[in-house]
Amino acid sequence: MPILGTVASQFSGKPFSSFESIQTATVGAGGTGSVTFSSIPATYTHLQVRAIVKNTANDNEGIRFRFNGDTAGNYSFHRLFGDGSSATAYGEANTSYAGEASSSNSPQTNIFSAFIYDVLDYANTSKYKTTRGLSGKDFNGSGNIFLFSGNWRNTAAVTSLTILPTQDSFAQYSQFALYGIKGS
Amino acid sequence: MASTYEKIATTTLGSAGTITFSSIPATYTDLRVILNGKNATASDYIVVRFNGDTGTNYSGTNLSGNGTSVSSYTESNGTKGYWGNYALGSSTTILTLWTMDIFSYAGSTYKTVLCSTSNNLGATGEVLRTVGLYRSTNAITTILILNDGSTNFAVGTTATLYGIKAA
Repeated sequence: MPILGTVASQFSGKPFSSFESIQTATVGAGGTGSVTFSSIPATYTHLQVRAIVKNTANDNEGIRFRFNGDTAGNYSFHRLFGDGSSATAYGEANTSYAGEASSSNSPQTNIFSAFIYDVLDYANTSKYKTTRGLSGKDFNGSGNIFLFSGNWRNTAAVTSLTILPTQDSFAQYSQFALYGIKGS
Repeated sequence: MASTYEKIATTTLGSAGTITFSSIPATYTDLRVILNGKNATASDYIVVRFNGDTGTNYSGTNLSGNGTSVSSYTESNGTKGYWGNYALGSSTTILTLWTMDIFSYAGSTYKTVLCSTSNNLGATGEVLRTVGLYRSTNAITTILILNDGSTNFAVGTTATLYGIKAA
């Protein structure tokens, strides 16, 4: 792989065996109300979801995360939010989802929001589960960015992860990829 | 399962300059760049261009905190992506850490990136998170990382490009 204007080491092609693709979901025509990764193996240390997302609605809809089908108030989250003019902080306790990311609107034909969402020590059965995420969208003059953390007050291993919009559906071509990260 | 996180290229500057990754293959889902370094002279913004495009096709929205206050800012119709904050200047031995995730870089939609910048000088410092947009439907094959004022990165600045491939 050539690197222009630089010297020293160049390297190509060595894989990192500790980061593996587990499942990927791409939304088809008509959209979908949620995406669920199920039967997640307990063989990793952490999970990471990387996604590009659009919503079918005309509104600014968020993206939420749930584990193992639990819809009870066992979650909490905090976030920092910037909209290009001001920054604010927000949090919710005893809520039904662990974190909220931003979603792009359907009228923005070529623009998807993006997020990276980490579930730490997801298979440890002696801990509540901590999550963190970064998401954002930009429309050339407007946009927003979220930095957020969450908690699921359950010691069960995470075996399924559901991602859903606050309203409406994820639009076609939204793509969600689940990765596993191994420890030493 | 197959490993899906691969190092594509890495470089360490032997003389002050910019960093370019070229001939990037389209075989991954996302790209990630990690830069650790400082500026050759005074502090200056880390900025990005793709595919040699100097048109007004870049924009971004950021969120920053400096230990005292938080703020958010947006940039539109830029000729480069203002997606990183200051790379610290040559007067310090402390390096700035900057990362950039480029999503669906080989796809046919506009390109969204998420960036983070972190530096700390003890009594001062800053964290910055940025979402950027590159309004082009072309696959990204070249990444140029430079300073806003053409001040160059210092000798020893290191940058690595990774490819991440979904199943």
